[in-house]
Amino acid sequence: MKQKKPVKISIRKLYKIFGSDPKSALEHVKAGVGKPDLLKRYGHVLGLQDINVDMRDGEITVIMGLSGSGKSTLIRHLNRLIEPTDGKVEVDGEDVLAYGEKKLRDLRRSKMSMVFQKFALLPHRTVLENTTMPRRVRGEGGQATEDDGTKWLDRVGLHGYGGHYPNQLSGGMQQRVGIARALASDSPIMLMDEAFSALDPLIRTDMQDLLLELQKELHKTIVFITHDLDEALKLADHLVILKDGRVVQQGEPQEILLHPNDPYIVDFISDINRARVLRVRSIMEETDREGDGLAGEVDADQNLESVIAISGGDTNLHYRVMSGGQQVGLLHMKDLVRALVPVDAQDASKRVSAA
Amino acid sequence: MATYDGVIEAVGLTDWCSVEGAGGPMTMEELMAQARGETEAPDVNLWELPFPSLDALNQSCSVIPRTRDMTDAVEQGFLGIKDALRVVLDPITTPLGWMLDLSLQFFQAVPWFIMIPFLIAITWFASKSAKVTALVAFSFLFMAFIDHYVYAIQTLSIIFVCTIFSVVLGVPIGIAMSRSNVLQRGAIPVLDMLQTLPTFVYLVPLIFLFSVTESKLYGIAIILYAIVPVIRLTDLGIRLVDKDVIEAANAFGMTSWQKLTRVQIPLALPNIMAGINQTIMMSLAMVVIASLVSAPGLGVLVLRGIRNLELGVGLVSGFCIVLLAILLDRSTKAALSRIDASGR
Ligand SMILES: Nc1ncnc2c1ncn2[C@@H]1O[C@H](COP(=O)(O)OP(=O)(O)O)[C@@H](O)[C@H]1O
Ligand SMILES: [Mg+2]
Repeated sequence: MKQKKPVKISIRKLYKIFGSDPKSALEHVKAGVGKPDLLKRYGHVLGLQDINVDMRDGEITVIMGLSGSGKSTLIRHLNRLIEPTDGKVEVDGEDVLAYGEKKLRDLRRSKMSMVFQKFALLPHRTVLENTTMPRRVRGEGGQATEDDGTKWLDRVGLHGYGGHYPNQLSGGMQQRVGIARALASDSPIMLMDEAFSALDPLIRTDMQDLLLELQKELHKTIVFITHDLDEALKLADHLVILKDGRVVQQGEPQEILLHPNDPYIVDFISDINRARVLRVRSIMEETDREGDGLAGEVDADQNLESVIAISGGDTNLHYRVMSGGQQVGLLHMKDLVRALVPVDAQDASKRVSAA
Repeated sequence: MATYDGVIEAVGLTDWCSVEGAGGPMTMEELMAQARGETEAPDVNLWELPFPSLDALNQSCSVIPRTRDMTDAVEQGFLGIKDALRVVLDPITTPLGWMLDLSLQFFQAVPWFIMIPFLIAITWFASKSAKVTALVAFSFLFMAFIDHYVYAIQTLSIIFVCTIFSVVLGVPIGIAMSRSNVLQRGAIPVLDMLQTLPTFVYLVPLIFLFSVTESKLYGIAIILYAIVPVIRLTDLGIRLVDKDVIEAANAFGMTSWQKLTRVQIPLALPNIMAGINQTIMMSLAMVVIASLVSAPGLGVLVLRGIRNLELGVGLVSGFCIVLLAILLDRSTKAALSRIDASGR
């Protein structure tokens, strides 16, 4: 398997409670009071409880959950737009919560940039001025900064739009400016709060492709928030599923698809096209044994839909699975078909906890 | 025998009341009663029962002060703090007086054949609107033709200075209010009061504080009245700035000063400009009333019309004020819409 990358952001035992006296409400939460009870009996809103997540360098960590599950609250703890009630947030091994005003500002200026659901561009500034904003906030300026801004605008496909004002652009183009602005700050970490949720489906797909393409080259640590499972599965290296301010499951997306540990997640994944999302790598038998009666070779990163097409629907075949020119395992079509059976909420045998 | 003798007796205050003899001069009613030859109040029937006011009670109990004594006391109190108040207010307000006088001299010293083209040019530069510029040109030429030019220019000069002071003071106050809910809660009743008080009411204490010949007297009166909208709309404008944009500014590490100058003020500018427009209009309204306390300008003519019953003078000067109001409003609004249009 792949070598695990170093942890960039580490969240430990993070709690957030909204209300007049969060400290004493925290005691109740730690004693086991849930979100609805906390609101009804103590008048406090439970934002987040006991969050433990490691976000690795150069990976896209996707945080997924329904509206109100605490996604925005969580991502805003990373750059401390929201202060936690309890817990720890470390970036590059440093405790962000111990930062003073100056260090926090430096963190926001050069280590973390952010892309917003509603774009949040400066309406009175041109597209280029918006793109160079992070650098000018740091005190940079002049031709070099302008050139850098133009470079990023070109990179996100907005060549020649530098002199326009944001409201002259469509939503998709405005969000490209938002991405260019985040990239122009040159920060290793990018926070994206439902960055594509306000866009039309087709444009959204374009933007996802753009992000993946940029990521192949830039290797940023991206924290991406979405309420859309397809988007999450497309982008995520690491998937965190939130519900009522709690992490219900986290891990490799394929792993979560095959072994959901909560009815909530089963509901979530019941509607997706499993053949298109699942990859050969996730369901193959991991072995270097020479299989017999092989019908051919498939790639480990191919999705199951394409394998079914190759096999012509024959469930008795076996394939050699290749990755980088080497055999990494064997694929039995019977396993493939089994993997396509949706995990039913009632089927206890499948609901093994993915440790 | 006065109406409330019985009451005083009943509560056992007769002794206390008679300690000191009746003092002070007689009230007007007492004098009139004396003149009519009535020495004692007649027995009143129930329908004419007077309200137990200070004056009525005083008749039964001379220790209780009369209303006139009370207003006297208020006056004495005010005169008592007047000197202390002057020591504080005089230095603060002196620059205002200078500015008003200086500007008045300047506006009058510049000959009409420079001033009128200059005003037209400014209007064109600010509004870039041919219609508004033509309106300004026509109005001033008309007023000059009917010999109202000097008065109009005096009025304009006062509005000019008072608006500058209102903006210089009002915008920072509005910004401070937008940043502190406590300050906002405290300031709003004061602003409400300044705006709803009939303007004559706060001319009264000002007359006692400053002499009527000082120009800062009317300057202060105008500013107190006209500063309100610019404060309100600065506060409102900054509070209405899109929360998401503010969050983005925070997320990219702007300091509060950067946020204020690069995001909040530019985005609040249309509202602030609307406030300035209203401030100008209210200055104009007040500068007419302020002619009661020696403010020069068109208001003086209106006043003459009222005082001497010179109907024509009053009507024509009133019309000139309307002209001034329209051209000030149109040109600031045209400038405002240009700000709105550029950069959006
Ligand atoms: N400032 C706040 N005060 C009180 N409750 C809040 C506040 N911000 C968020 N919440 C609550 O916290 C929960 C999570 O909100 P949020 O993080 O915005 O959810 P999501 O982004 O997943 O839709 C919601 O129940 C919301 O009502
Ligand atoms: Mg949200």
